[in-house]
Amino acid sequence: MDFEYSEEQQLLADSVQRFIQKDYDFEARKKIVASDAGYSEDAWRTFAEMGLLGLPVPQDFGGFGGGALDLMAVMEAFGDGLVVEPYLPTVLGARIIAHAGAKAQQKAILPALAEGRMKLALAHTERNSRYDLAHVETTATPSEGGWLLSGEKRVVLGAPLADKLIVSAATSKRGFSLFLVDRTAPGVEVKAYRTFDEMRAGDVALDNVRVDKKALVGKKNAGLALVEEAVDFATALICAEAIGAMKSANDATLEYLKTRKQFGVPIGTFQALQHRMVDMYITAEQARSMACLAASKADSASDADDRRRAISAAKIKIADACRQISQEAIQLHGGMGMTEELKVSHAFRRLTMIAQQFGDADHHLERFAALG
Amino acid sequence: MDLSYSPEELAFRDEVRGWLKDNLPDDLRRKVAEYEELSRDDLLRWHRILAKKGWVAPSWPKEWGGTGWNVVQRYIFEEECGYAGTPPLIPFGLSMCAPVLIKFGTEAQKKRFLPRIYNGEDFWCQGYSEPGSGSDLASLKTKAVRQGDHYVVNGQKIWTTLAHYADWIFCLVRTDSESAKRQEGISFLLFDMKTPGITVRPLILLDGGHEVNEVFFDDVKVPVENLVFEEGKGWTVAKYLLGHERMGTGRIGASKRELTKLKEFAAAQKKDGKSMLEDARFRDKLSRVEVELMALEITNLRFLDQMRRSGNPPGADVSMLKIKGTEIQQTLSELMMQAVGPLAQPFRPVDAPVAARDDFDAFVASLAPRYGNMRKTTIYAGSNEIQRNIISKMTLGL
Repeated sequence: MDFEYSEEQQLLADSVQRFIQKDYDFEARKKIVASDAGYSEDAWRTFAEMGLLGLPVPQDFGGFGGGALDLMAVMEAFGDGLVVEPYLPTVLGARIIAHAGAKAQQKAILPALAEGRMKLALAHTERNSRYDLAHVETTATPSEGGWLLSGEKRVVLGAPLADKLIVSAATSKRGFSLFLVDRTAPGVEVKAYRTFDEMRAGDVALDNVRVDKKALVGKKNAGLALVEEAVDFATALICAEAIGAMKSANDATLEYLKTRKQFGVPIGTFQALQHRMVDMYITAEQARSMACLAASKADSASDADDRRRAISAAKIKIADACRQISQEAIQLHGGMGMTEELKVSHAFRRLTMIAQQFGDADHHLERFAALG
Repeated sequence: MDLSYSPEELAFRDEVRGWLKDNLPDDLRRKVAEYEELSRDDLLRWHRILAKKGWVAPSWPKEWGGTGWNVVQRYIFEEECGYAGTPPLIPFGLSMCAPVLIKFGTEAQKKRFLPRIYNGEDFWCQGYSEPGSGSDLASLKTKAVRQGDHYVVNGQKIWTTLAHYADWIFCLVRTDSESAKRQEGISFLLFDMKTPGITVRPLILLDGGHEVNEVFFDDVKVPVENLVFEEGKGWTVAKYLLGHERMGTGRIGASKRELTKLKEFAAAQKKDGKSMLEDARFRDKLSRVEVELMALEITNLRFLDQMRRSGNPPGADVSMLKIKGTEIQQTLSELMMQAVGPLAQPFRPVDAPVAARDDFDAFVASLAPRYGNMRKTTIYAGSNEIQRNIISKMTLGL
């Protein structure tokens, strides 16, 4: 039993925190969000130099072969700083390529990704899929030794910034497969937008996009298990990110209670507010415990069901905690909490989206219950 | 980071689990599982079984019978007892009066009382709350006036748990009503419950059970040698007790057992021909409490890990365990009752005792009273609102 980060993990977390304090404070972040690209090339280069991009990449391909526990401290710091760079989609992509990619794909992608020269995005969600990872209407039709992909993907996180998309498409009635597609390939159209939590995403239309047979990632019809594992891994990561964002919201709220005066006294002297603040603090601690469980089981579950059960349990708690803490943080800040001017309103936006990303509490309650 | 116990800790857990399996008498196990009232003999029988094994007071210093276990072992032991469903160890002697005597008592007091507490010869109760002094304990009014080598005590205590079983009571009394601060002028006294002038009156709880009492003192003569620490320093003693290590506060082992029971019980209840476990609305509530319990267990282990590293007592963290632990216990008892739906209504047969009726499901009839009884958990031992005040002040600095 040991709940501390290892020395290496702590050093990395400290350096990420220092970077955020120095180069990625609230003002710096505002400029990045308002920029044309919506992300910072400088920050991305720094992530590569710090080894963050190589963290999820296997050692054979120039990375560090880190698991969810290694990424946890980084994600927590990113949550605290509300980092908007497309780190999560890139890690998701790296995970799939590292697990199932052909040697040639791994060689072409993973070192480039670790060095910051390439970004990935997972194009999976569709209009009617909701959180059901098995639901894929996009089709892949065999054609001239390759495939023609057609369909529409929604809310592809990081799509406008990605060099390559990992696209899921049905290859038979029994299942779907994953394909590597250049974002700029003929027939691919990315309709880019900002998300509510100030990241970049897009809807991706695929109109008879031709890929050759080397574009297939993993075995034919075996996409579901790959996506499911990678999404569970990413869910553990956003649980850790949520911990950081909740801490940011709680710290800001506590500070506000101590400094904001009404009726001649700090509003933190009012018991009605004190007890709500205590409940936010307790919730954040309970959520942290579940984020630890999620990361630990993402790395070393005894089997897929053990992993699914722990990840769902964690996401139920995190989703509930995200809603409670983001809502209460705004309420206790009063009118100021409603404005864009305070960081807490941006934490609200990210927490609100994390609550629903990769499955809301209702979705995970269903999955958790089905596992007994 | 590693969430699991070490091989040594697992071996310890297995040793405790194995011993409990072999030594917890079946009749006591059944009574606890079926929420039956435990008699004085039931409680003391279990106390003495543990005393004989040497496990009744793990946290005491070794010279008085402590086991020398570290915080993690003590936690594992408490949780395994909860998980096995042992009768509770009544805390008033073992984990309240004794730690006070060990810290503040004279050698004579230690020699006189500690072995008898250890062996279960004296049954203790606690005289803190008064009708006008609940959460605001420092306002207490029971008065002790020194007359020669005695104090003469007059006043009233309330919520005195198991006073009707007790041989002794430790009390906070006011020895000086002129002090500038209310916390001063309070003293910590030990009385023999057989002393003339003590009257115990039952307070029957909303489930029909007799756990708590009112205790009246009418010119009760308490020898001066039964004063613990200095006269007027009782508040220091009381505060020490509040901060005393209680890592089992979350009652996680017991709640895990209740959760397993709830799942089995709900699976056997039908709605539209299907198990209640398949009822989405019920199932969501059950899943949420299970997730809270998973989180609380890890939170508790995190605190233990911190304590082990820092060597510091848990402080205000115990308040968090108390709040979440009691909320979970209440929810579990509520879901047990909800699982049977309309069948939760029968309470007692009219014309015969429960035991004499084989057509009456005493267990199902215990679920609503049990739900009612568990409402006490967020009120006793410092209400959950007081616990929030503690975290607000100590942890958050508000």
